[in-house]
Amino acid sequence: MHPIIKLVSQRLALGLLLLFGASALIFGLTEALPGDAAQAVLGQSATPEALANLREEMGLNRPALTRYFEWLGGILQGDLGQSLTNKLDIAESIGKRLGNTLFLACAAAVVSVPLAIFLGLLAVRYRNRWPDKLISAITLTTVSIPEFLIGYVVIYFVSVKLGWFSSLAMINDTMSFGQKLNAIALPAFVLTLVVLAQMMRMTRAAILNLMQSAYIETAELKGLSNFQVIARHAFPNAISPIVNVVMLNLAYLVVGVVVVEVVFVYPGMGQYLVDSVTKRDVPVVLACGVVFAAVYIGLNMVADIVSILANPRLRHPK
Amino acid sequence: MNEQLTHMAGQVTAGKLTRREFMGKAAALGVSAAMASTMFADAARAAGPKKGGDLKFGLQGGESTNSLDPATYASSVPFQNGKQFGDQLVEVAPDGSIEPRLAEAVEGSADAKVWTFKLRQGVEFHNGKTMTSEDVLKTMERHSNEDSKSGALGIMKGIESMKADGDNFQVTLTEPNADLPYLMADYHLIIQPDGGMENPGAGIGTGPYQLEVDEPGVRHVFKKFANHWNPDFGNFDSVEVIVINDATARTAALQSGQVHAINRVEPKVADLLGRAPNLTVHSTAGRGHYVFIMHCDTAPFDNNELRLALKHAINRQDLVDKVLRGYGTIGNDMPINAAYPLFDGSIPQRDFSLEKAAEHYAKSGHDGSPIILRVADGAFPGAVDAAALFQQSAAQAGIPLEIKREPNDGYWSEVWNVQPFCASYWGGRPVQDQMYATAYLSTADWNDTRFKVPEFDEMLFAARAELDNDKRKDIYSKMGMMVRDQGGLICPMFNDFVEGVTNQLEGWESDPTQEMMNGNMSRKMWFA
Repeated sequence: MHPIIKLVSQRLALGLLLLFGASALIFGLTEALPGDAAQAVLGQSATPEALANLREEMGLNRPALTRYFEWLGGILQGDLGQSLTNKLDIAESIGKRLGNTLFLACAAAVVSVPLAIFLGLLAVRYRNRWPDKLISAITLTTVSIPEFLIGYVVIYFVSVKLGWFSSLAMINDTMSFGQKLNAIALPAFVLTLVVLAQMMRMTRAAILNLMQSAYIETAELKGLSNFQVIARHAFPNAISPIVNVVMLNLAYLVVGVVVVEVVFVYPGMGQYLVDSVTKRDVPVVLACGVVFAAVYIGLNMVADIVSILANPRLRHPK
Repeated sequence: MNEQLTHMAGQVTAGKLTRREFMGKAAALGVSAAMASTMFADAARAAGPKKGGDLKFGLQGGESTNSLDPATYASSVPFQNGKQFGDQLVEVAPDGSIEPRLAEAVEGSADAKVWTFKLRQGVEFHNGKTMTSEDVLKTMERHSNEDSKSGALGIMKGIESMKADGDNFQVTLTEPNADLPYLMADYHLIIQPDGGMENPGAGIGTGPYQLEVDEPGVRHVFKKFANHWNPDFGNFDSVEVIVINDATARTAALQSGQVHAINRVEPKVADLLGRAPNLTVHSTAGRGHYVFIMHCDTAPFDNNELRLALKHAINRQDLVDKVLRGYGTIGNDMPINAAYPLFDGSIPQRDFSLEKAAEHYAKSGHDGSPIILRVADGAFPGAVDAAALFQQSAAQAGIPLEIKREPNDGYWSEVWNVQPFCASYWGGRPVQDQMYATAYLSTADWNDTRFKVPEFDEMLFAARAELDNDKRKDIYSKMGMMVRDQGGLICPMFNDFVEGVTNQLEGWESDPTQEMMNGNMSRKMWFA
């Protein structure tokens, strides 16, 4: 078998095992939280009678292990089950929310990843001169400001004062692609500012590291332009660390944007998960947790594979 | 100039002049914007409601876990949803009287034990079926039977039997209760086809708007239901309830015109927001109150002198000024205020007095160990700050309070009604009887102050059976005094509902029962 295929299948199997472990961990932790779904739903208006009735209806009276394995049995057959609190089909709810989250993440990534790498290259080209310093200063500033604050500032100027974009980034199926893009312009912009710095700095550092190598000197002596040396000769060898940090940021764009979702009222996965944890809606928490874990594991796997493909020594092991 | 203005106002009333045109012309005549705005509003109101437009609410209090099942309603968005697609038998009017909805008339027997609701005929559900007394009966059964998990279960307890009888729905009580119609106005008790037994979360009712999109935690869209029994209700083509839990995002959405009304304007920004030219901040005195509750049966709070010491040691006006920024009124250690019918305004106000506090504290003989007050911001907005202010004023009277901060998460199950001294919030009820029966009757599940006084219970039942309002008022006054002087409730303040509404909307009414005009904005307001 080709070593790459072997590696991918190994990683996949390991990933599945990891997912299983993650689901058990999430279930255990949610169970350890005080209270249960019945109590959380009834809140201040819980009478012992109503509590007992609701627990019975939600099936919370059965032992925890039974409930976990029932859930596991369901998911192995592709059934995510029903939400405890509103009885809606979880697969359907998650489908919509995940679609929205991925849409926003993609929009932010399409802008931020090329921009970050380009800025990184630019920073190396003009290292320690004013473009380098300016780029670093701006990106480090935006990454240091809490994202909700950037969100509020953007809303205040762009939405309330200028009226250019809507501060509510609500999207739905009846909207055209263009309308959707228009709706998510502000959150995508804020997310871009948030993830730009790390990717940019990593690109810059990785390439600068290589600029000392002998083959770069050769390339320079061949008479290639400065930017060509960086883009053609240094960058391919720096791909591995850059891809790693890009994947990390992509994962963040999918799983870590709950604050931005709240500020822009975006119907993504983050808010769904937070609400479900608050209401102890265990099946939904598990489903969201597994999806998030899968995203992380998947993206990390991609990063590894790309690193190997980019490195001839790993691509052709002895 | 006056003639011209009168003429223009007439044109507005006749629908020939829009707001923008009117404001422009009025400005040309040298009328100030504020003045013109008022004149336009008056003229537009005289024109009466106009039909049409899409109303958008931006509301705090919605989660992805919300269901449309009325039995589960516990926050603002579900409450608002229910008011769009559903009707109760009766509604509490803004003036505190009972207004007919699906019941045309309510009649009680002389002993207030048997209540008959004469049902409106020809009322259509959104699924095309006609409402019958069976539907009403089944709805009430679903909220009160043994399997019920309804938020209204507590108020349905005193019912002995119910029956559907032709056009009538009849309730027989175990004990007399003159306030039964108010209980039936509870927002959980939306009449559903077949009582919602089959599919309670379907969102099918008899309301002026029918469900179109249900995305819990995101938005709920309703469109005008053409066959509603009352053509005067519901002037909009559609109503969209958008969940905006973040206060700043909510305010921004209102300011930039993406929504027409928002709830829970933060007191600290209300003044600033109110200065914006295109919207109005409405502050409505309600029955909700922010409280600190002590268990009367747990040491050291089983000592009434200590309870009185703490009651005197809290600076109420300071709390209203700092925590509510003036959007509220001071409380008097009883859960009742002037927003309730039959309220006795002559009950003396408890004063903030460090001397009296110190005196009661000395009499209580407390050993001087710190008194633990549990608090979380989820108890009420600003609860932690309120507790800190309380701690400082108590310290001046020599009473050591220790604040223990609890997580918001799980506060209502782990701290409230469990720990002997904590911060809490009560939304209030339409009538005094219901408030006392919910939380001050010895046997009440939510007796969160463990106030168990047989004499008080007797008075409560006596007042319930009393149909003479003067006598009832008298009894309620005594009960209020009793809670005030012996109870475990420290009630420093009643909060106002603070809401932001665009000036495009006309027909605002103050309603103390619940927020956003008791959920009736989409029924009663219209676009100017």
